[in-house]
Amino acid sequence: MLTEYAFWLLSFIAVFSGIATIISKNPVYSVLYLILTFFSIAGHYFLMNAQFLAAVHIIVYAGAIMVLFLYVIMMLNLNQLEVEKRSNILKMLAVASAGLLLVILSGAAHTADALHVNPNKVSPAGMVEDLGIALYRNYLLPFELASILFLAAMVGAVYLSKKNLNETQA
Amino acid sequence: MTDTMLIYKVILCVLVFAVSLGAAAYMTWGERKLAAWLQDRVGPNRAGPLGLLQPIADGIKMIFKEEMIPTHSNRWLFILGPSFFMLCACMTGVVIPWGAGWQMGDTLFPMQVTDINIGLLYLLSVVSIGVYGVMIGGWASNNKFALLGALRASSQMISYEVAMGLALIALVMMTGTLSLKEIVAQQDAGFANVVYQPLGFIIFLICAFAETNRAPFDLPECESELVGGYHTEYSSMKLGFYLFAEYINMFISSAIMASLYFGGYNFPFQHELGLDGNLLTAVQTAVFFGKIFLFIFLFMWVRWTLPRFRYDQLMNLGWKVLLPLAIANIIITGFVMLFTGKLG
Amino acid sequence: MLFGADLLNLTRFKHVYEFMSNTSHLWDYFPIVIMALIALGFVVTTMVLTHALGPKRHVKVKEEAFECGIESKGNARTPFSIKYFLVAILFVLFDVEVIFMYPWAVNFKELGVFGLWEMFTFMGLMIVGLVYIIRKGALNWD
Repeated sequence: MLTEYAFWLLSFIAVFSGIATIISKNPVYSVLYLILTFFSIAGHYFLMNAQFLAAVHIIVYAGAIMVLFLYVIMMLNLNQLEVEKRSNILKMLAVASAGLLLVILSGAAHTADALHVNPNKVSPAGMVEDLGIALYRNYLLPFELASILFLAAMVGAVYLSKKNLNETQA
Repeated sequence: MTDTMLIYKVILCVLVFAVSLGAAAYMTWGERKLAAWLQDRVGPNRAGPLGLLQPIADGIKMIFKEEMIPTHSNRWLFILGPSFFMLCACMTGVVIPWGAGWQMGDTLFPMQVTDINIGLLYLLSVVSIGVYGVMIGGWASNNKFALLGALRASSQMISYEVAMGLALIALVMMTGTLSLKEIVAQQDAGFANVVYQPLGFIIFLICAFAETNRAPFDLPECESELVGGYHTEYSSMKLGFYLFAEYINMFISSAIMASLYFGGYNFPFQHELGLDGNLLTAVQTAVFFGKIFLFIFLFMWVRWTLPRFRYDQLMNLGWKVLLPLAIANIIITGFVMLFTGKLG
Repeated sequence: MLFGADLLNLTRFKHVYEFMSNTSHLWDYFPIVIMALIALGFVVTTMVLTHALGPKRHVKVKEEAFECGIESKGNARTPFSIKYFLVAILFVLFDVEVIFMYPWAVNFKELGVFGLWEMFTFMGLMIVGLVYIIRKGALNWD
């Protein structure tokens, strides 16, 4: 009943804003449509009782990563999209490869066994407490490896910007 | 959810919204009167007795001013910036427990619009997306000063969000729950959380000052630097929304600090008074608002007392002082809880 | 791999988790939607009102960008310093770290001493990263 309407509405918003992200000419509009996509996906997470994931999705994706994207767009002179003229052969090749991918994906989806998800059964794994117990008892090793990944990311970020920092400080 | 509960929630939503707006409007009056008192002058006293109609006069003035949209600016993004900022400011009031429940017949009506079990994460997410209102407004103005102001303001806001999140982690370690109703209810049994988490409270207070762009962290919008910062090009109600949303943020931050660290609507010896259920709830709500106004007084007092930070001092404080302090707070809390046997 | 239902039997708070986990909390979020609609209605009404009620005197000079009276040269979208970008990247990394710490903090008492040490390992690596960043001077003069 109401969850069905919510599901259809959120799916419609997600698909619409996803398409709008790709076809809008102004990059800031693209970022805003992508943020709208993230909000609708977070809504889907809420419908599946994965509340922690939904909140994390909004905090990290829509709140942190998109801010980063917006900084890039604001800092570079991207206020209008200059599309250089591409040759027709390249466009046809692009359409052909995308169409091939679509055929493969639809074939795979058609022949795979669908997961029988019962929408009325509330899964307990979405609550913060259960997620925490699962993460820190069973999935400890990937968690610690993730911290090494963060360290590598920090070192990489500093290194990549160090050249420019040295130039401005000189 | 039954129908009566649904109607009650809608009424409570409207009430919370109206209270936030009314409180923010009269905070402008309060700020001007407090500033006048600190500076040994009178403040507004023309519009109505003691100047109490001043916020209404200001609101009406702002509605009737001319809406200027600069040329070469993006019209829809220009309008979206302050609207989004205002929207985010109003959304935080739904999870704050404004009082205990009250009984009517045999149903218990809660005084919190919704008690989601990830209440603290909801607050963090609304704060995280509040940055966009500033960034989009500054970028859409097509003005170098506005863009620089927006960049600085958003950098400031994101830098202090990390320390805020870390300060709350130590609190969650103690309470074991993210729900605001539970955190306030737990403070009924013992002391208020500020006794157990003094460093966490100080860090959270400083981060609240920085997140609301309030002095001494108001570099992005002061008049002597950067013209007007990200709201240079705004006039009429859009500017009104930026300023108003800032006051609403201040009000909500005070409410959150009072709930998390100072016991919310609880007060000492509340059960010994022998009051009836609903009367006790009313007294508790009044005490809660008293605590909120004390924090607002603190916000305003600090604004008119301390000089403003320079931008590099501000970022140093956020990354090099508050972040290590918050991490140290977590480590100390962990060890103290280990040695006092609260673990396992 | 153990899934949620099996994990419930491992904790001492099984009865609490069973109650909380097996009920749907979806209706808790409905008042948020109501509040969003109310706030949106207020914002849209006010915007429409000001556009309708304010005077409209379009003067070309008035609508140019304000730079204290000096004529503006060039586009506003000039490139800016990379320090802001670095702050944003570091914010993403530390934000994800804080998010990882929330489920641990909620279950702090159940996870015991072992949980404490595993989180301190995680935090230790993040602190090493922070020290590296500060020593390299990436957060200076911002």
